[in-house]
Amino acid sequence: MLMQVVSSWGNVIRAEHAIFQLDSRYAPFPDISPLPSILPYGNGRSYGDSCLNTGAALLQTRSLDKFISFDPQAGTLTCEAGVLLEEVLRIALPKGWFVPVSPGTQFVTVGGAIANDVHGKNHHGYGTFGSHVKRFELLRSDGSRRVCSPTENSDWFGATVGGLGLTGLITWAEVQLRRVAGPYMDVETIRFGNLDEFLALSRESDRDFEYTVAWVDCLGRGSSLGRGLLQRANHAAAAAQPGKAHGARFNMPFTPPVSLINSASLRLFNTAYYHRQWGDRKRALQHYESFFYPLDGIRNWNRLYGPRGLYQYQCVIPGPAGRDATAGLLESIARSGFGSFLAVLKLFGPLSSPGMLSFPREGITLALDFPNRGAPLERLFRELDAIVNAAGGRLYPAKDGRMPGELFRAGYPRWRELHQFMDPRCSSTFWRRVTEGA
Amino acid sequence: MRRVLIVGAASAIAEATARIFAARGDALFLVGRKAQVLEAMAMDLKVRGAAQVGTEVLDANDFAGHEPMLDRAQALLGGLDTVLIAYGTLSDQKACEASADLTVRELTNNAVSVAALLTPLAARFEAQRKGAIAVISSVAGDRGRQSNYVYGSAKSLVSTFTSGMRQRLAKSGVAVITLKPGFVDTPMTAAFSKGALWAKPHQVGAGIVRAIDRSANVVYLPWFWRLIMLVIRSIPERVFVRLKL
Repeated sequence: MLMQVVSSWGNVIRAEHAIFQLDSRYAPFPDISPLPSILPYGNGRSYGDSCLNTGAALLQTRSLDKFISFDPQAGTLTCEAGVLLEEVLRIALPKGWFVPVSPGTQFVTVGGAIANDVHGKNHHGYGTFGSHVKRFELLRSDGSRRVCSPTENSDWFGATVGGLGLTGLITWAEVQLRRVAGPYMDVETIRFGNLDEFLALSRESDRDFEYTVAWVDCLGRGSSLGRGLLQRANHAAAAAQPGKAHGARFNMPFTPPVSLINSASLRLFNTAYYHRQWGDRKRALQHYESFFYPLDGIRNWNRLYGPRGLYQYQCVIPGPAGRDATAGLLESIARSGFGSFLAVLKLFGPLSSPGMLSFPREGITLALDFPNRGAPLERLFRELDAIVNAAGGRLYPAKDGRMPGELFRAGYPRWRELHQFMDPRCSSTFWRRVTEGA
Repeated sequence: MRRVLIVGAASAIAEATARIFAARGDALFLVGRKAQVLEAMAMDLKVRGAAQVGTEVLDANDFAGHEPMLDRAQALLGGLDTVLIAYGTLSDQKACEASADLTVRELTNNAVSVAALLTPLAARFEAQRKGAIAVISSVAGDRGRQSNYVYGSAKSLVSTFTSGMRQRLAKSGVAVITLKPGFVDTPMTAAFSKGALWAKPHQVGAGIVRAIDRSANVVYLPWFWRLIMLVIRSIPERVFVRLKL
């Protein structure tokens, strides 16, 4: 049995796992006995422990990286689950098609995008990734194979979309892409002075712009609490425009002995970034890679956080409580001085998510990275948890490595329903952690 | 547009190479042992841009099947200008030491069958007076070592055979390319970091396409293996016999 040390993107946990893989989509589910469980593992971009299965096995899916068919008229693409969104774009974009929903990195697998029902800057118009999945095949440890779609085996579809890999292995999927004229984005960046300005600007922008997202200065307090820059964009109409792809411009080749993200570098960055443009508005054409995936330009950027790794905290607060709760979160974070470069605010739209355990729902979502500082950071997280819980919000499992089980179960009241669809051979460190004792 | 025959198409290195050809719009004919795998590859390569993809199930040890396969490849693609021979098995050295049968089978599979396949290919390419024949040998063929000399000697035959063929076909304008990969990280271990000497299949694939494009002679993949093997070959035999390599 092949044993490997595997970590997730946050690098907090490094644990040995038994590694299995399938040679092809036709191959049988691996026999893992005498191990207790296995978990599909795509490209390891989940931050915490939702893609890990400490003490047991992982089923690597990157070897399932074949395309199956592509219809350049209809924009439907069928591929194996281990294909990366980056590879999809390389095939589809020259033919005028783009992924319908894109997370902040293109280095995720199609299977992972489904299992986490990922979202992007166009949630208000397009919903989640799972909303554009026409069908997929689910392979279970008992050898059964089911084609699942919103109409066929729809209960299995709903359990598997956002199901964190616990219902079995997605072997292939068919995804509906969306038309674009070319690789460029028409992007407007607007400075806002506080949270209320963000909300007003964001609501107004969501009408005419497919993509909206804001970067917030997580150190801003008082009257500048929640100040930041809002980006709003549409796919540019013209096919060929200036500007260029960045590819991977830098690589972080090793992990430095201490985190390079600290309070000094943080204050410098946030102030500089907020004032990075002269005027309050700037409009420019931008290549899709630098618009959607700015961090992909630094390969292994997670190593900047040092050997102790990082946590991301992403929550969504629904309904009218959202404004005050978000203000409370930002206030707590600013007071702690623990935040990071990547602080993102976005309004999720009213489109419902197809998965039983999908994260997005209508409301305000806030996401922040934190260097792992141990107990003091966990104390801040507990403060944030209390605000989220009181406001009826929830955290995103794909980003989580520490949320208390009660918070998960309160935020995802349908979690028990997943049990009847879970593969008896599938489990994850995350799932055991948040359901233990309940 | 190249018209490419790949024998042993399902190997990780061959597949990585085929994807580069496909993305350039070349036409491909894939030969391997498993029909389902070849079919899945053909679908994939078409999506990636291949002008045309044909497949044939053949065990290269079936020598009688070589010529009919070449006929079908040439008929389907309308001729052949590029060949990549990529099949082989990493022999279990210890098992071979205990079995003459297994040793002969490994030598047949990795060396004799390659010579058998190259014979009609050389004749056809010599007659058409153009094209490139690339054959995957190995750094293991550069010197026999106790840890894998059955595999190594088979690859040594491939290296020597292609060396002679290269001289012979140079007159006809046909390139014969001997490819010598070092350690290659297979999909099984792709997600994890390995030692500095390990290369990814897609890096080796890119090196193969580059070697074919410039009609190279002998190519080490990655290049630094040329230096490593230079050192290993230059160790005097009386010293070498005492090494653990």
